[in-house]
Amino acid sequence: MSGYMSGLIAILGINVIFAYGIYVTAAAGQLNLGGAGFQAIGAYACALLSATYGISIFWTLVFSTLVGAAIGFLIAFPILRTRGVYMVLATFAFAEVVVGIILNSELLGGSMGLIVSDYIEWQSILWTTIGVIIFVFYLMSTPLGLAMRAVHDDEAVATIMGVNNRAIQVGAFALGGALAGLSGALYAYYFGFVEVQYFNAFLSIFVLLYVLIGGTQTAWGPLIGATFFTLIPEALRMGEDWRFLIFGVLIVVMMIIRPEGIVTRDALDRIWLKLKPQTNDGAPNG
Amino acid sequence: MADPILSLRNIDKNFGGIEVLRDVSFEVASGSRHALIGPNGAGKTTLFNVISGVYTPDGGSIQLQGKDLADVPSRHRIGLGMARSFQNIRLMPHLSVIENVMLGQHARPGLLRLLRPVGMMPGAHERSEALELLNTFGLDPHRGQVVGNLPYGVRKKIEVVRALMSNPKLLLLDEPAAGLNASETATLRDFLIDVSSRGISLLVVEHDMPFVNALCDHVTVMNFGERIFDGPASSVRQSKAVLEAYLGGETGDSNAA
Repeated sequence: MSGYMSGLIAILGINVIFAYGIYVTAAAGQLNLGGAGFQAIGAYACALLSATYGISIFWTLVFSTLVGAAIGFLIAFPILRTRGVYMVLATFAFAEVVVGIILNSELLGGSMGLIVSDYIEWQSILWTTIGVIIFVFYLMSTPLGLAMRAVHDDEAVATIMGVNNRAIQVGAFALGGALAGLSGALYAYYFGFVEVQYFNAFLSIFVLLYVLIGGTQTAWGPLIGATFFTLIPEALRMGEDWRFLIFGVLIVVMMIIRPEGIVTRDALDRIWLKLKPQTNDGAPNG
Repeated sequence: MADPILSLRNIDKNFGGIEVLRDVSFEVASGSRHALIGPNGAGKTTLFNVISGVYTPDGGSIQLQGKDLADVPSRHRIGLGMARSFQNIRLMPHLSVIENVMLGQHARPGLLRLLRPVGMMPGAHERSEALELLNTFGLDPHRGQVVGNLPYGVRKKIEVVRALMSNPKLLLLDEPAAGLNASETATLRDFLIDVSSRGISLLVVEHDMPFVNALCDHVTVMNFGERIFDGPASSVRQSKAVLEAYLGGETGDSNAA
């Protein structure tokens, strides 16, 4: 396989995992505009652990994921005190704080970045990505996943139905931090170098767009959204200078024609009915 | 009343100095179909919110089958056997009918149960139970549809089915007949009589008096946050206080009922 293709698959995998990290909180009704902060935490944890302590790749990935989960868990408590647009701003501020800490830390290389001493092939990223996709589809098919979607739709009624909103929301942030951290660690291993400038506000905005344009109603959304956002700019490369303009217009058009995201429940139902026109018995999601 | 499922004693509730509920006491007998009526603003929905734990009362006590609910958070009350519907339908708009109904199973005991990939198991007992209940009430043709697109009367019934999915002993219904036409109201009445025949006690807030008369055996009337009548449905028309509350009237005569 050409270097271009394998690189594309690696980036696609990292973006898909990252998008799922944002999706799990969005599915439970919270918008996270601090994705870059969580991904940076995973990437720097990976760089630091592999360079300083010489731990194996597998365990470094595990620890980086756990660090992401721990930070997500802890940051959930102050963030969940805010609502709506203020929550979005709080997550955004969190990412800026992470960047600020990295810039001012000698241990983390400041603005110079860190070199990662190990390397993984694109195949490892592909398998990890497939594992994450299966995991998120599994999660969303459980009563727990149903409770997350219920919290998204109506917190007050979810409470009356016996759902522990707080636990669901904190858990979603921890899981989101874990997945974003994992994507950061994979990024660090694949590119061999982390620098804080990469984890900027645009990255946070883009990953949130992957999820919102893809759709938050089903686990297909982030997969489709991240793929769309990763591949379209590549496909538009021939347009040279115009490609960002075309890309921007495409985003706006998407938001107009599919305001709830590319993949919605209604759309899946219609596709299912086309495939099985005689009856809708046994439709997979009931 | 020998065996109340729900008893309310001296419930008070204030919002910023305004007394919305004042010293409200009554009991719902086990297995009864109990109506809670009163003019708009009488405090009926507030009382429902106090019973289901959305609001904390400022005074008084609530007991469900003899168990005091003061320290029971809202989300644990469904597990004790209390389920409710809402005045304005509150189904989850992005979930399908069967998913909404299966949400009613959330409070059942067991944490590992929450990790079963039910959505990927077409034969899961959670799904077949929900389908059976939907079937019983003629709702299974809608099972896979997203509720946001369904007619009002259908959504109203789904809300009751969702509440029933938790196997409640007491069902609180806030204006179940509001917005329904005559035939839908009749269907709902038969449906609730059927629910009641399964041994579930009903406490129903309602404005539609023919509906109340056809469904309920016991009536509590509230006005301005106070209980002004509590007795069998047959005698509510004889209460002077109730007539005054509804028709307006001679405020001088305060020793009625």
